[in-house]
Amino acid sequence: MNEIILVKVGEIALKGLNRKNFEDLLIKNIKRKIHKLGRFEVVCSQSTIRITPLDEFIDMDETAEKISKVFGIAAFSRACVTEKDIEKIKNTAAEYLEPIFSENISFKVESKRSDKKFPYGSPEISRIVGGFLADTFPNVRVDVHNPDVVVTVEVRDFAAYIHANVEEGAGGLPVSCGGKAAILISGGIDSPVAAYMMAKRGIELAAVHFASPPYTSGRAEEKVRDLLEIVSDYAGRMNMYTVPFTKIQETIQRECPEELFTVIMRRMMMKISQRIAEKVGCQALITGESLGQVASQTIGALACTDEATDLPVFRPLIGMDKKDIIAVSRKINTFETSCLPYEDCCTVFTPRHPRTKPRLDLVKKAESSIDWEDMIAEAVENVKITRIGEED
Amino acid sequence: MEVYLDNSATTCLCSHAVEKMTFIMNNVYGNPSSLHSKGMEAENEIKFARKIIAELLGVNNGEVYFTSGGTEANNLAVFGAAHAKNKLGNKIVTTAVEHSSVYESCKALETEGFEVVYLKPDLYGNITETQLREAIDDKTILVSVMFVNNETGAVLPVDKISKIIKKNKSPALFHCDAVQAFGKIPVKPRKINCDLLTVTAHKIHGPKGVGALYIKEKTNIKPILHGGEQQKKIRPGTEPVILIGGFGAAAADMGNISQNYKKVSELHDYAIKTLTGIEGIVLNSSEQNFPYIINLSALGIKSETMLHFLEDKGIYLSSGSACAKGKKSHVLTAMGLPTERIDSALRISFSKNSSKEEVDLLSQALCEGLNTLVRKARK
Repeated sequence: MNEIILVKVGEIALKGLNRKNFEDLLIKNIKRKIHKLGRFEVVCSQSTIRITPLDEFIDMDETAEKISKVFGIAAFSRACVTEKDIEKIKNTAAEYLEPIFSENISFKVESKRSDKKFPYGSPEISRIVGGFLADTFPNVRVDVHNPDVVVTVEVRDFAAYIHANVEEGAGGLPVSCGGKAAILISGGIDSPVAAYMMAKRGIELAAVHFASPPYTSGRAEEKVRDLLEIVSDYAGRMNMYTVPFTKIQETIQRECPEELFTVIMRRMMMKISQRIAEKVGCQALITGESLGQVASQTIGALACTDEATDLPVFRPLIGMDKKDIIAVSRKINTFETSCLPYEDCCTVFTPRHPRTKPRLDLVKKAESSIDWEDMIAEAVENVKITRIGEED
Repeated sequence: MEVYLDNSATTCLCSHAVEKMTFIMNNVYGNPSSLHSKGMEAENEIKFARKIIAELLGVNNGEVYFTSGGTEANNLAVFGAAHAKNKLGNKIVTTAVEHSSVYESCKALETEGFEVVYLKPDLYGNITETQLREAIDDKTILVSVMFVNNETGAVLPVDKISKIIKKNKSPALFHCDAVQAFGKIPVKPRKINCDLLTVTAHKIHGPKGVGALYIKEKTNIKPILHGGEQQKKIRPGTEPVILIGGFGAAAADMGNISQNYKKVSELHDYAIKTLTGIEGIVLNSSEQNFPYIINLSALGIKSETMLHFLEDKGIYLSSGSACAKGKKSHVLTAMGLPTERIDSALRISFSKNSSKEEVDLLSQALCEGLNTLVRKARK
């Protein structure tokens, strides 16, 4: 039996003239995602993308699992292919559905006939196949209003497809259709979730990580790499830019008022990230900030942070509760890694009483006694680049 | 030309593995558990290899534990499972055709008071579902059945076992020795639905001295080695970074297994046709078996004699399992083959790189051997 996967595109279908570009991009993303499993044919026709395995040993469970992580897919179903012959359709359906139909379920059959030369109409196909299934499996019953399983028979141009369950796709838009942005990532729970959420809206990612050795260890950086590897399962390949941040943090600690440590540090991060972003073609910054979560994430603090950059700053978690953020991080499998206990640059030199309502003029005044430019330029100059995600 | 047709004993190293290991030997000497960056470099090599192997098996990285090879992985699985589950029963179900590292481990457990059932194969080395269904019961705490037999290439019905365990209300853990199958056909612990699964590097063009045991998440087994915190204490000891790196590189270099399988299947069919056409050659394995392995007998000539005769011509095969070092095969004996066939058994085992030309050279040499050697024997 030949099994394939039929993919229904998501919001792409709403796009107008450039729809073809979106589809092509999605096909490219799908191919990149599954090519390691073997050879496939991936084609789009009649607004459905059809994924056909070409090798004998391709594991369709693994293929489906990979497909479930590709953004831009609203839903997909695994289907069985057969010839456009009513007898063959009947028998193949019974054979293919046997595992599901051996349970006591209710079902109905829906048919779509896009090949109008096929001698049976849609209601007729449903009746014939439904009747045959009911006869073959005496334990199941027909329920057209509220069935457990909807069996779909599609008679298309070159073949007929039979499928039972539609699985939900990852949703969103194909990665890289929405431009490129840089995520500031520390290794906590929030930033990987923010990265995931923006990738879902079609953004291609670059990651900026601040390292302060010897206060932070190489393993903290490693942890960020692991997190990004998981995110790249959805977001595709990206570069991680590790910024040497020790000197700036030490200077802040030495020269600035303690209650402003965090906000000044965040501003420096924004400035450096903007330089990197501009160098590598990013049009925006992304952070994992959520309003009110900590002192640096109050409206006042965020206003001070924002002022440090000219780029738009996306904060997809801004209105989310911690528990909702954790739920997403568990779903995408970053939670466990995020919870590994390594000191990161945000927890080094944490003030005892950070200012929750910092005033921009006072922050700027506190910064003004130091010439940051050389330090920022030096940090950007010495950025280390790491490739994240599977090679093609 | 050298004709190496003993790939089930071991394989030559692929260049990818050699390069990786050379790189690690020259550059990465840290202890993977050290906190400094030298340690991290080494840890990264292990992480990288583990990911490749986990991906091939379709499992999580954390479910792959490196061992010193297939033998240790099999010992860890069998003893580890038996000792963790001994409060729930004392029966172990395995087969009479297992690799000696499972077979002898079970023998050792018998002396501890475990009752072991060794299922007998049919004439072609196969075990049936019915045999398994009758043997596995609610006192069974471990079922250990290999995926592909190393001497005959028989493919055992491992995909049926988890259902039988469940249906017969057995508390058993299911271990599958997939050493011969790994890299040649899909080996997916989640599909087989086993709790433990053994693979090794040197059968897939990786280095000797490293293998891995898949242990399903949340499966509790007892370690057989005791020491440090490495590998969640299930397999303590500083990891052999060089060998693990080589294992990962070889696993990454296997190519498209569907295409390899197709190629070797054609070669297998060609070999069967050519070799069984020779008078005095009888097939011990079934034609339907795993295409990478052929077992046959050159009647009237002791395996070892023929082996050395072929060796002179640069052709390398084995008499059975290399691990038996020439001892009479317990697998062929269990299959109930006549002594004459066991004494003259030869195993041909292919790799994805084997060729028709090699089969032709073997066939010529076998013909010659049968003629000259038999004549000598008759004098």
